[in-house]
Amino acid sequence: MTESIFIAKDVVKQYGDYTALNKVSISVPKGSIYGLLGPNGAGKTTLLRIINQITAPDNGSLIFDGEPLQYHHIADIGYLPEERGLYKKMKVGEQALYLAQLKGMSYTDALEKLKFWFTKLDILDWWNKKVEELSKGMAQKIQFVVTVIHEPKLLIFDEPFSGFDPINAAIIRKEILELSKKGTTIIFSTHRMESVEEICDHIALINKSKTILEGPIEEIKKQFTNNSYEVITANKELSENDYFSIISRKDTTFSILLKEGKTQQEALQSIVKEVEIISFKKEIPSMEEIFIKAVNNA
Amino acid sequence: MRKIWLIIKREYLVRVRKKAFIVMTIVGPLLMAALMIVPTYLANESQELRTIAIEEDGFEFSNQLEDTEFLHFSKIPTEEATLLKEGFAESAYYALLHIEGENFTLYSYQQISLSVSNNIENQLEQIIEHQKLKAAGIDLATLASAESTVHITTKIISEDGNTSSSQTKTSMGIGFVCGILIYMFIFMYGTMVMRGVIEEKTSRIVEVIISSVKPFQLMMGKILGVALVGLTQFILWILLTFVIASIAEFAFMDASSMTTELNSEQQSILLSEISRLTEGINLVQIFISFIFYFLAGYLMYSALFAAVGSAVDAEADTQQFVLPITIPLILSFILIQPIMENPDGPLAFWMSIIPFTSPVIMMVRLPFGVANWELALSVGILIFSFILTTWFAGKIYRTGILMYGKKASYKELLKWLTYKN
Repeated sequence: MTESIFIAKDVVKQYGDYTALNKVSISVPKGSIYGLLGPNGAGKTTLLRIINQITAPDNGSLIFDGEPLQYHHIADIGYLPEERGLYKKMKVGEQALYLAQLKGMSYTDALEKLKFWFTKLDILDWWNKKVEELSKGMAQKIQFVVTVIHEPKLLIFDEPFSGFDPINAAIIRKEILELSKKGTTIIFSTHRMESVEEICDHIALINKSKTILEGPIEEIKKQFTNNSYEVITANKELSENDYFSIISRKDTTFSILLKEGKTQQEALQSIVKEVEIISFKKEIPSMEEIFIKAVNNA
Repeated sequence: MRKIWLIIKREYLVRVRKKAFIVMTIVGPLLMAALMIVPTYLANESQELRTIAIEEDGFEFSNQLEDTEFLHFSKIPTEEATLLKEGFAESAYYALLHIEGENFTLYSYQQISLSVSNNIENQLEQIIEHQKLKAAGIDLATLASAESTVHITTKIISEDGNTSSSQTKTSMGIGFVCGILIYMFIFMYGTMVMRGVIEEKTSRIVEVIISSVKPFQLMMGKILGVALVGLTQFILWILLTFVIASIAEFAFMDASSMTTELNSEQQSILLSEISRLTEGINLVQIFISFIFYFLAGYLMYSALFAAVGSAVDAEADTQQFVLPITIPLILSFILIQPIMENPDGPLAFWMSIIPFTSPVIMMVRLPFGVANWELALSVGILIFSFILTTWFAGKIYRTGILMYGKKASYKELLKWLTYKN
């Protein structure tokens, strides 16, 4: 069992009569890329605000890096909220310095690190420009820099790629992966499940204020994978036999389900005897399908 | 503490560097100086020598009209007067006074200056008055000796029986200026705080910041930063007004070849006059109270303005919330006059105790003398309500800044107060 950088246990948060989080528990392993998934309004942002101590939970315990979450942990967390922006009338460099210092950095330290990042992302020319002169994508780059500038142990991105063009999104994705390699734990929060499927190694699914699934992505996928296969034949009919039954078909693409106690080998051999096979593969559900299943099962 | 200091610094510098601030800081004193100087300047400027022609049968009035420094009278025959009326512009005369019995008409080719017509009117009135008095058998010398002036000295007897002079006019002046300044300061800078909060909300930077600092720190940092902007502006205004006014005064006085230098005797008269005017007024108490009400009033109101700013998405939506906040402020402004007339009445008393009106009204009352217990009560209540409103505003602010696209109602605001942290 790997160590966790952040653990939330039975967190409850209510706004008047509305319950935003109902006994939500998550555990974020150190060094992981953790996907916090769920539809809009599920309570993701509330949970993130609780991690950032913007709001406090009504109930439940929070552990950060082995100790109860405290105010000074703010310096160890970097947060890029979904509703993000910058002072429009302020100059880029001055503003980045201000935000970095608010995170607890000294002026000289902040200046040095900012120059490094601005050079790395090739945006040093903007230092003396006002934010209102920048495009939305440019402003997002600056927001990214000020989120990571204080080298936090935990980085939290809420819908990070909305508003980026594909090129800039790729640049930011590369930077995030690089930070992850250096040991930073990363939490992605998004309602677009397909966008994080490929980079996350752990996920939590939140729906209607509750966690309905949590764990390493492979385990979850395994859990939702049954013995069904996709078979594509060369224009031939496929008929059920003792080894499998057919769930659905579309032209020459069949979805088959192994019968109780039969193996993949047996089924494949039985098919090969009858028809020519173009493709035979195990059906692995997408995150979206898992999510829909999980919601229906709950 | 370091963080709140950073916020104060940013809020202060951003505003002080704005063009609008610099322009206001320079234009304000220029306007004030202009208000002081222009009337003097105009009065000096219009003084050029003018000749008035008089057309009269006989010499009843024309002999008695006296030339002044800037007015010269000269009687002309009727024929010349007729000619004059046809070609005024070329003549050397400024106006023609036509006298027929006790009907007076002043002809001119241009608008007659008010001071000229006033001067002529006054002279004519006096001439007629004297004639009437003579006709009634009253000697002018008797009349002169009957003229007298009265000056009433007002004294205040305090509780311990000491008497001191009271200076109603000075009291009114000091009270009025202090009250207006506090009113202006709260209004201008309270709304500046509100706009700052709205700006942070609409630019969506607020959540970025409160992931580093507590919402209350952000709110207080903004309020204190803006307070420093206000103090800076007022201090600069006072200094600049003084500088500009004295430079201008000096220049004009010099031009009109009057001596501005006061000799030592005049100076000591001036000083004793000032001390006579402010006798019985506790200037130290007024100064300390002014600073207190200035700051406490601003802090209380700006916390409310910040709460309003947090509850809305755009400045256009602030109306319904701003109105109830500004009503007591505007009310105290309107009531300055009646309260100066009766500074010890029940209205004055209650309005200087109620915290929403006390910053302005207590300052209006203070120069007239206020019992110590009243002042202490007013100060105590204001401090208490300042803490209460800040707490209350902080709660609304904390929730409001994270609410987007929701039109807040009063019911909604009340609900926010019940939310835990």
